[in-house]
Amino acid sequence: MRIVVNGKAHTYEGPGGKRLADLLRDDLGLIGTKIGCNAGDCGACTVLMDGKQVCACLTPVAQAEGKPVVTVEGLEAHGTLSRLQRAFLAHGAAQCGICTPGMLVAATDLLAAKSRPSRQEVMDALGGVLCRCTGYQKIVEAVLAASRTLPLPEAPPQGEAVGARAAKVDGLAKLRGHERYGADTIPADAIWLRILRAPHHRASFTVGDTAPLLQKYPGLVRVLTAADVPFNGYGIYPHIKDQPVLADGIVRYRGEAVLALVGSRDAVEAVREEDLPLAYLPEDPIHGVKAAIAADKLVQADKPGNMLLEGGVIRGDADGMFSQCAAFSEGHFQTAFVEHAYIEPEAGWARRVGDRIEIHATTQTPYMDRDEVANLMRMAPDLIRIVPTACGGGFGGKLDLSVQPLLAVATWLLNRPVACIYTRPESMAASTKRHPATVTVKFGSDAEGHLQAVRTHADFDTGAYASWGPTVANRVPVHATGPYFVPHVHNWGRAFFTNAPPAGAFRGFGVPQAAIAHECMMDDLAKQLGLDRLEIRRRNALRVGQTTATGQLLEHSAGLPACLDALAERWQEWQDAADGFNAKPAARRKSVKRGVGIGCMWYGIGNTSLSNPSTMRVSLRADGRFMLYNGALDIGQGSNTIMMQIVADAVGAPMALFDLIAGDTDRTADAGKTSASRQTFVSGRAAQEAGLDLRRQILRLANAAEDARIHVADGALHIGENAAMRVIRLADLPRLNEDGDLLLGEGRFDPPTTMPDENGQGIPYATYAFAAQIALVEVDVELGKVRVLKMAAAHDVGRAINPQQVEGQIHGGIAQGLGLALMEEYLPGRTENLHDYLIPTVGDMPEIEVMLIEDAEPLGPYGAKGVGEPGLVPTAPAILGGIRHAVGVRVTEVPILPHRLRKAIMAQSQAKEAQPA
Amino acid sequence: MAAYARPADLSEALAILASPRPPLILAGGTDYYPARVGKPLNDDLLDITAIPDLRGIQDAANHWRIGATVTWGEIAAAELPPLFDGLRQAAREVGGAQVQNAGTLAGNLCNASPAADGAPMLMAMDARLELQSKGGRREMPLAQFISGNRRTQLQPGELVTAILVPKPAYQGRSVFLKLGARRYLVISIAMVGVMLDVADGIVQQAGLAIGACSAAAKRLPELEQALVGHKLAPALAQRVLPEHFASLSPIDDIRADAAYRRDSAMILTRRAIAALAIQKT
Ligand SMILES: Cc1cc2nc3c(=O)[nH]c(=O)nc-3n(C[C@H](O)[C@H](O)[C@H](O)COP(=O)(O)OP(=O)(O)OC[C@H]3O[C@@H](n4cnc5c(N)ncnc54)[C@H](O)[C@@H]3O)c2cc1C
Ligand code: FES
Ligand code: FES
Repeated sequence: MRIVVNGKAHTYEGPGGKRLADLLRDDLGLIGTKIGCNAGDCGACTVLMDGKQVCACLTPVAQAEGKPVVTVEGLEAHGTLSRLQRAFLAHGAAQCGICTPGMLVAATDLLAAKSRPSRQEVMDALGGVLCRCTGYQKIVEAVLAASRTLPLPEAPPQGEAVGARAAKVDGLAKLRGHERYGADTIPADAIWLRILRAPHHRASFTVGDTAPLLQKYPGLVRVLTAADVPFNGYGIYPHIKDQPVLADGIVRYRGEAVLALVGSRDAVEAVREEDLPLAYLPEDPIHGVKAAIAADKLVQADKPGNMLLEGGVIRGDADGMFSQCAAFSEGHFQTAFVEHAYIEPEAGWARRVGDRIEIHATTQTPYMDRDEVANLMRMAPDLIRIVPTACGGGFGGKLDLSVQPLLAVATWLLNRPVACIYTRPESMAASTKRHPATVTVKFGSDAEGHLQAVRTHADFDTGAYASWGPTVANRVPVHATGPYFVPHVHNWGRAFFTNAPPAGAFRGFGVPQAAIAHECMMDDLAKQLGLDRLEIRRRNALRVGQTTATGQLLEHSAGLPACLDALAERWQEWQDAADGFNAKPAARRKSVKRGVGIGCMWYGIGNTSLSNPSTMRVSLRADGRFMLYNGALDIGQGSNTIMMQIVADAVGAPMALFDLIAGDTDRTADAGKTSASRQTFVSGRAAQEAGLDLRRQILRLANAAEDARIHVADGALHIGENAAMRVIRLADLPRLNEDGDLLLGEGRFDPPTTMPDENGQGIPYATYAFAAQIALVEVDVELGKVRVLKMAAAHDVGRAINPQQVEGQIHGGIAQGLGLALMEEYLPGRTENLHDYLIPTVGDMPEIEVMLIEDAEPLGPYGAKGVGEPGLVPTAPAILGGIRHAVGVRVTEVPILPHRLRKAIMAQSQAKEAQPA
Repeated sequence: MAAYARPADLSEALAILASPRPPLILAGGTDYYPARVGKPLNDDLLDITAIPDLRGIQDAANHWRIGATVTWGEIAAAELPPLFDGLRQAAREVGGAQVQNAGTLAGNLCNASPAADGAPMLMAMDARLELQSKGGRREMPLAQFISGNRRTQLQPGELVTAILVPKPAYQGRSVFLKLGARRYLVISIAMVGVMLDVADGIVQQAGLAIGACSAAAKRLPELEQALVGHKLAPALAQRVLPEHFASLSPIDDIRADAAYRRDSAMILTRRAIAALAIQKT
């Protein structure tokens, strides 16, 4: 068979039914075509066949005979990017980049037929490619702009990097299909590891003799069981290592790993489940917090009452105050398990190098992986090397270990490179989820709407293992008042074990769930008091000089009032438009109603009350370039670019002179986890300090003044200006190491926090981000369907180091918030694929307007805070508020799927009819 | 190793299918591959996409003939009379563009998912299937061919070679409406296909079928009768009554509950009829 790919002919002799995606990646090495699901659901594998976009994962190789195939690698002509690729770069349309090849190819199909497509045509063309990072807006804008040839973006000039819309430093690789993710660096001689997972939510099981299995499947090398793991327990917290790498006789959730097969790829994939020497004894599972509290059975034998922990924030006398409140409201809210649905499934490989283990995998947290794997292997941390690959999206889901432990065990025992790629259903069944929350709240205010007292009780379903459960249960009580000044607070959080997937870290750590409750309360109070919904929030917005519920005095950077001011005009405009629309006769409205809603949030940056330092290093090298040793992992949010912008300005040299080594634990310093929106604030500050340190060293060489200009050219440092200029030849400086580092600057930052007292009083975070968003929604009254037409988002980010990336984070956060509100619900065993688990597509997204408020935070690098998570938190409340404004339904359970909203609308109109006139 | 045949000739394909252990039929593969994620591909396959006889759409006197390998994308782009408007709407809403470019209408019908978007519209159009085997050729109404959830009347050795759509006596028009929880790439919660044949503004014949509300898409003959003889005007939608939907047997699942499905089927039907009425004027 002759297959032509990107203009080059290949002869293929294997089975005709092989997936084209596998041929491209495995046989031809064209790893630009990504596999996110192998089921047509994500579009990451989109290629052109005979000029038309198809999923390479659904295409038999035989059908490509005589039909030329074009992959992302074929979009460039003679080594120059296509116009579309340039537009993507200029618009910041790629974040993690895992969807980018599919997006580019799908758009290329469209642009070939139509060079100036409409927005609708762009959406139709991209409708089959999912992106979990960008919220699609910049992608659509890039495609619309692709009819013009944009110049390749240049790095900002000396001293102007911070604040510039600098293109992503890793953008080119992502756009050309050259970026290497977890599944893209596996060596040819690797053997494969396949994990077998429990089909029951709760069961006991025994493993029989594995010899017959090995006999039946030649090529199978080893069957790993719990006994093969030196220390079979891991977990985020040093004192809670409760999750086994391989279950040891007890299954606590469906999808839990029970066995691992190692051998040739064909052999491990061929093994049929019915041949496994596994005997299960299923038991009735415990599902939901209510059942966990009521159950006489335990999920974990040593956790009485199935409780993981509880804690809270108590200030003043909330209960005493309610009787004195002019208005109060109560509510009870419920949220579901939510899946991260990063488009890149977990993947990686490992090898043994002497007495060390080297792991190449997709992750958000190389240093924690290193320490955790060392603990599991009973080895010293410096014997483990983590080399992170590019990360195709994380959102918190790649903070917990995935492939790493079993790869380490297998490569250690077999002394061969071992690889593992999760299938999509496996990724969804095995990985952590957003905690389902049950939130009961009471908010009271005086007659002017000033909040007096708040009481919140939040119960979280943390699933079978602790994971990040404590983080969520601790973070929520701090934030559950909303971003408002409240003198009397009683906020309590508890987390319970159930037989469900471990709930872990997911963008916002429980705060998005709590925000649904507190924002509904604000709307309730506004309604009762006849106040405008934005106005009541403005009256209560936390300001500098006020104290939070934990007694923390806000000294700087509390920009919520400015956010609300920025939105005020749109708020009025959209409400008028919605009212006008709703006033039309029903026939012309087509049973559709519009409404506008608002959501506010605050978010503490970094770990809650715990030390979370970052260390960064930057060097001047013998080749006249600078090298940033960056341990802060870029998972698509853009920290590689942000760090370079910060460090370039700190050193005082043009960004174009900087290179980067990212994440490798042998080569960088620990910059902590990419979580809690902390990288810009914490690692960014460390990068700034490192840059300043290097700058001081350079200036010292010349005895130059602090503000002297540094210029590197022709193998020399030129310091100062004109007559005072000193020239230092790089060749004259001693080398610190083989890499050619001459001078090495280092910076460390640990945001100042304090441990809470028994009432949760203290300084849990060094700084807070603030934001408000408004949504214009349309509700199909008869069908209960919601369309979000527009959103405006005002975010106080301290300082936007890179406004384009900040916008991208907010767009992406809004997409996930929209999913949380309207469609996402993970049901173990029932929605373990991207067919049944729905995330927003390009067609579901509203137009988004972003307004950046820069209320500088003195602790942050150049005033910056963080924005990774805040983008998502106010979205669901704003959408739900819009639904309520449109049809009067006060939503207390998300996702508000069409049938649920329809039911609520009907119940409400019946209640109205039942009322005496 | 699994066998893979991709004959360029229909009789060769039928001969392969006549073997004692016939291979699975593969067209666009958009149902085949997703069912095998993480599993080895070890089925013997007969790929029918290289057979010229199965391609294209033909005007054949009293009916239209849609070849078995015609894709959704081809339907959406084809120059066809307004009779096919609904089918085109369905085509544009199946999956995303990639699935439309590969997936075939015949494959959609043979896969016989209760939520197959092709089924209600084609049923409403009185479509028949042309089935061929080594032994001969037969035709069967689509409504009869799909006999249940993922069950069809396809006999071993048989291949669907075409979908036959009869030409209405007057001016046939159609509308398809689909309800899903998101835009693009979404399995229907409910959908309706409505075909009205109209002369002098009066409905002469009506075809109407609901999908995703029973094991297989279902015609609603009583409602069809209730429309015939009346003027095609927005008010016609008022003839659609809850009792017309009594024969549906929707289920509760992750996407929606049964009551909602039944309710939505009615609302979609009313809207579809209203849309046809507005289109006309
Ligand atoms: C991401 C995604 C989204 C989707 N969205 C939708 C949607 O919105 N609506 C919808 O209805 N479907 C949807 N589908 C399902 C699928 O795309 C359609 O059913 C498609 O039309 C199937 O056609 P195919 O040619 O790809 O079938 P194949 O996968 O090739 O075959 C399907 C089945 O039919 C049999 N078969 C195929 N052709 C014949 C024939 N001529 N004679 C006898 N048997 C035959 C095959 O043996 C197989 O059992 C989606 C699929 C994916 C992957
Ligand atoms: S990998 Fe092909 S669509 Fe997801
Ligand atoms: S950039 Fe689209 S999935 Fe990450």
